[in-house]
Amino acid sequence: MARFTVRRLLGMVVVLFAVSVIVFLVFNVIPNSDPAARIAGEKSAGNVQLIENIEGEWGFDDSLPIQYLTMMKLIFTGDLVSYENQTDVVEEIWAGVPATLSLCVGAAAIWMFFGILFGYLSAIRAGGLADRLLTIVALVGISVPVFWLAGILLIYLTFKVELFPPGGYVGLSEDPVDWAYHLILPWVTLAVLYVGFYSRVLRSNMLDTMNEDHVRTARAKGLPERQVRTRHVLRNSLIPIVTLFGLDFGAVVGGGAILTEALFDLHGVGQYAAEAVRDLDLPPLIAVTMFGAFFIVFLNTLVDIAYAKLDPRVRLGEPAQ
Amino acid sequence: MSAAPLLSVRDLSVSFATEGGRLPAVERVSFDLSPGEVLAIVGESGAGKSVTAQTIIGLTRSPNARIEGRVELRGTDLVAAGEGELRTVRGERIGMVFQDPMTSFNPVHRIGSQIVEAIRAHRSIGKQEARGLAVEMLDSVGIAEAARRVDDYPHEFSGGMRQRAMIAMALALEPEVLIADEPTTALDVTVQAQILGLLERLNRERGLATILITHDLGVVAEIADRVLVMYGGRVVEQGTLEQIFYDPQHPYTWGLLGSLTRLDRPRPERLPQIAGAPPSLLALPEGCSFRPRCPHEFAPCTELPPLQARLTGEPGHCDRCWLTPEAKREKRQVAGQIGLEAPSP
Amino acid sequence: MSGPNLLEVTDLVKHFPIKSGVLIDREVDQVRAVDGISFSVERGKTLGLVGESGSGKSTACRAILNLTKPTSGSVKFEGQEIAGLSRRQMRPLRREMQMIFQDPYASLNPRKRIGQIVGDPLKRQGVASGSELRRRVEELLDRVGLATEHYDRYPHEFSGGQRQRIGIARALALQPKLVIADEPVSALDVSIQAQIINLLDDLQDEFGLTYVFVAHDIGVVRHISDRIAVMHDGKIVEEGTADQVCEHPRDDYTKKLLTAVPIPDPREAQARRAAPA
Repeated sequence: MARFTVRRLLGMVVVLFAVSVIVFLVFNVIPNSDPAARIAGEKSAGNVQLIENIEGEWGFDDSLPIQYLTMMKLIFTGDLVSYENQTDVVEEIWAGVPATLSLCVGAAAIWMFFGILFGYLSAIRAGGLADRLLTIVALVGISVPVFWLAGILLIYLTFKVELFPPGGYVGLSEDPVDWAYHLILPWVTLAVLYVGFYSRVLRSNMLDTMNEDHVRTARAKGLPERQVRTRHVLRNSLIPIVTLFGLDFGAVVGGGAILTEALFDLHGVGQYAAEAVRDLDLPPLIAVTMFGAFFIVFLNTLVDIAYAKLDPRVRLGEPAQ
Repeated sequence: MSAAPLLSVRDLSVSFATEGGRLPAVERVSFDLSPGEVLAIVGESGAGKSVTAQTIIGLTRSPNARIEGRVELRGTDLVAAGEGELRTVRGERIGMVFQDPMTSFNPVHRIGSQIVEAIRAHRSIGKQEARGLAVEMLDSVGIAEAARRVDDYPHEFSGGMRQRAMIAMALALEPEVLIADEPTTALDVTVQAQILGLLERLNRERGLATILITHDLGVVAEIADRVLVMYGGRVVEQGTLEQIFYDPQHPYTWGLLGSLTRLDRPRPERLPQIAGAPPSLLALPEGCSFRPRCPHEFAPCTELPPLQARLTGEPGHCDRCWLTPEAKREKRQVAGQIGLEAPSP
Repeated sequence: MSGPNLLEVTDLVKHFPIKSGVLIDREVDQVRAVDGISFSVERGKTLGLVGESGSGKSTACRAILNLTKPTSGSVKFEGQEIAGLSRRQMRPLRREMQMIFQDPYASLNPRKRIGQIVGDPLKRQGVASGSELRRRVEELLDRVGLATEHYDRYPHEFSGGQRQRIGIARALALQPKLVIADEPVSALDVSIQAQIINLLDDLQDEFGLTYVFVAHDIGVVRHISDRIAVMHDGKIVEEGTADQVCEHPRDDYTKKLLTAVPIPDPREAQARRAAPA
């Protein structure tokens, strides 16, 4: 197990390096225009002095490897600046992190809880009424577009009936109750798709597992049916769900929450990225891409390690007995 | 015969509703198991032997299964018993070992934890105590360094060791009956010999009544006391080991015995074979289901022969064949040994 | 042409590296699946290769046919060295050597009709096409005991024994000289095993085939083989005629293997148990 973990972590470092190089190439090297002008933004077009400053700071006259190192330095020492609105990019990102994490972690908790619950119930009552109803719920959840759902929730629950606030974010440390109150609708919006998806996947995994020999053995030992279902069927069926969760959670934090954040005006990192796209403001985009990618890679590594912990057969790199 | 039978199966029938129709997997099977006895149920794929075994402890119950008949374990009818009652029987009074030990253990839990789980489902004892019991059991079935290996995962055991661990788990609560469903089929022959030796020792030392399901007559000859031969879901012959091997009464049994390769005899020119293939249970022939493959078929065979003892003085030796005992003794001799002459083309 | 031996294997070795290491995989050890085996098979005869799981017999088969590249050693087919030939060089030779596999459920492509499965080798090697192809396939199906009407059916419509017959028909389509059968009857019911063994025997007589018959069941191997080689841990521990090996084994492992085989005769079995070997 230890060797596996070390190998995965080292692998992660290699992947992060590769990601950073790709981000660098995508933003600075590949497009065919003057990079300094692009970074200065539309507002500052024609401001020759500014463009010269940027060239100096970013080292566009230097060789590529030096440019790369310079960019990395700018991002990681927090010197990256947005010329559109004169803000420090990294500071802005940090400011948005609590909202994004609150949204994503909360939604993840909800979708895992309901996804697993519905999947489990569907599987053990497969073919019955409960299964059919839950299947419909799942398919609706998967099919509903996020923005449409957000719109409906906003109209009916914040406008027509003022049950929830129409948007905005309240910090957890300020007022926990208000924090949750403002996040309920965004959580639901983000989670609905994944509840549907995860319940279907778990249902399918469980139905497959229920036919396996070891489940028959568990019954033959005289275990209570509930124990057979949880310790043998569910436990084995959850393994692929863990991998999926890692991928999905990483993708959501890394950028998937953009739409939900924007619609509910949560001022998280996703919304910041959305605004940067709207304004074609490069520095924030570079930083957000970088951090998003890093987060996804890191989470994937954690998922791989967790998977090896859950499924002992997978611990590669260990000599055969 | 002494005491009342431990397990008594009467007219057990199991059928499944399938897309192709009603599948009669087991039809009116009856047998007794006495304490300390080893009963072998022999047959090929589709004969119904596994379904019979699994039905005894209710593993085949499902919405599309129809189970009729009685299975009495010291007075309790298991067919009519509720799930709760069956659960107290499983593991505690009847232990079961399956064919493929790799897939029969849950790959993500340690072996020890799976044995402990079986123990604690029936006894309220602490984890440590149960674990000690598990180590003891693993040791008693011949697993070296049991105290260390109890924490291994199934994939860290070899095939033979896994099967031993399965047996240890099935016997952890000291049941009176062990059902072993093809316990050695997936194992190498040297390992098979060891496992059979283990089963034989357990039977002898603990008086463990065993139902052994197999297709291998060699295995039967080594360890069984009585034999049930199944074909197409029905019992076609039953008797003691001696009776089945030296005085078999059913052509299918002759065919099975004849088609065996024997290391202790010179090689025959051609291996005696049974023509054709086992029947599809969805389309059983009318009357005797062995009819299409039997070279000795004659007029009465269109009517299913009842399972009866047809030899005077041997009430326990029953078969389903209309031929007279004399005709049987004559027809089963092929090239100086018992076998089945293939139907002439 | 080479003399009486169709196949000559000398010091065949196949090792699989075990890699370990934190950052970079280094080879720390090897799995010596086949650890230097030598044997030869005369034209028209059968060599039985017996061994338990892990003995290396299946790997040996694949190495002989160059389906996996041998680590070292020589394999001579009709006097010609074939070990380590490239895939292109092997292509014309493939017609002469074929393999029958163990699992009748896994070795046939479930999405192809059996006429296609049996006919593909003929088509691929450019031997026949069109109606001539069909005729030859039907002839093969008939020869292995299947009705020619089955030409258009799919594998799942057949029983295990029938699928094995299909596999045999496919192996014979190109009229090979050498057929390596890797556990061809292990997955079948006992009463069907005898049928397939008899079929293989008949086909050998009719077509002058040379067999390497691999199995773990020494009783079956003994019936069909002229000579037997016993494999254990990648090495051949004993070799001789079938009767020699089975009646007068010299190697301890062979003796162990033979004693382990259950005797389907209660009195004999009891006698053997009573008299320690």
